[in-house]
Amino acid sequence: MIRGNNKIVAFCCENSAYLAADKAGRMRLHYPDNVRIIRVPCVGRVDLIHILKAFEKGAAGVLLIGCHEGACQHLTGNTRAKERAAYARNLLKEVGIDEARLRMANIAPDMAQQFVREIEDMTEKTKER
Amino acid sequence: MIIAERKPLEEIRGMIAGYKKILVAGCGTCVTICWAGGEKEVGILSSQLRLASSGEGTELSIVEACIERQCEKEMVEELRDKVQDVEAIVSMACGIGVQTIADVFEEKPVFPALNTTFMGMPEAEGVWTEKCRSCGDCMLYWTGGICPVVRCAKGLLNGPCGGTRKGGSCEIDPEKDCAWVLIYRRLEKQGRLDLMRKYYEPKNYRAVKRPGKIEALKA
Repeated sequence: MIRGNNKIVAFCCENSAYLAADKAGRMRLHYPDNVRIIRVPCVGRVDLIHILKAFEKGAAGVLLIGCHEGACQHLTGNTRAKERAAYARNLLKEVGIDEARLRMANIAPDMAQQFVREIEDMTEKTKER
Repeated sequence: MIIAERKPLEEIRGMIAGYKKILVAGCGTCVTICWAGGEKEVGILSSQLRLASSGEGTELSIVEACIERQCEKEMVEELRDKVQDVEAIVSMACGIGVQTIADVFEEKPVFPALNTTFMGMPEAEGVWTEKCRSCGDCMLYWTGGICPVVRCAKGLLNGPCGGTRKGGSCEIDPEKDCAWVLIYRRLEKQGRLDLMRKYYEPKNYRAVKRPGKIEALKA
């Protein structure tokens, strides 16, 4: 994590969050430009090391955005990601990084506004700290 | 297999304090299976160490490696090129691996990143339980393949104590089964319940001289 940096890495499931981000673009919704979206086949693909590496490379916050619970195409990808995020928060705590800098969210492909809110919220949170 | 747990980050950081270039070496066998010291865990620990040291503004360069087995000198030799460039080695293997590395690279300090805990097997995802205490005098043939030495909280050899709970759990921990109830049920299935009446003499815990050594080729 680099002090003063406000970059946010958002790992987005290609079946929900990535489509919501795309829709936000088509709807011309404005959201902070500090976010870097990484498209993943399922949010369950995001491993602990990906989260840690994002912070190592200077991210101020990391978002894991997947489908709603029960709607994962791979059945348990989003619930596994939720558990992994909880575990990763402990790893971050050990190195002195505020746990709130990592968040897991669930959205549907048509929830463009919710996607924007998640980005805005994380941007605000990382500014405060 | 050998089960181990990673030490807290603070303890590992305390060990390597003052070193600027280290090798974090994983082991691809037992500790990979128990999620303690495989390739993945090497990456996580290294990343955590880098994040913690950059947070404090200290310099730390880490070389990451994971070999098939750290308990064999020939395999540990694979690390030689990487070891030459570092000041210290953090081994993410069991105590055997740590000592093998320390023997092979005597000139470098070697630090254990894991606490080696027991010999066991995976029970469920992320759950391992102890199954053998390597007493050197196996009695599993009388007990239906269930070891009372390790699975009975008191290590009793001649039936249960008086504290077995209703339902067959242990008086010390209701989450654990009474080993002798398990043994009874297993022998019942096998039609060998008469073995419950067998008297076992006090166990010879000196069957294995410590430190243990086996010379298979010695006549």
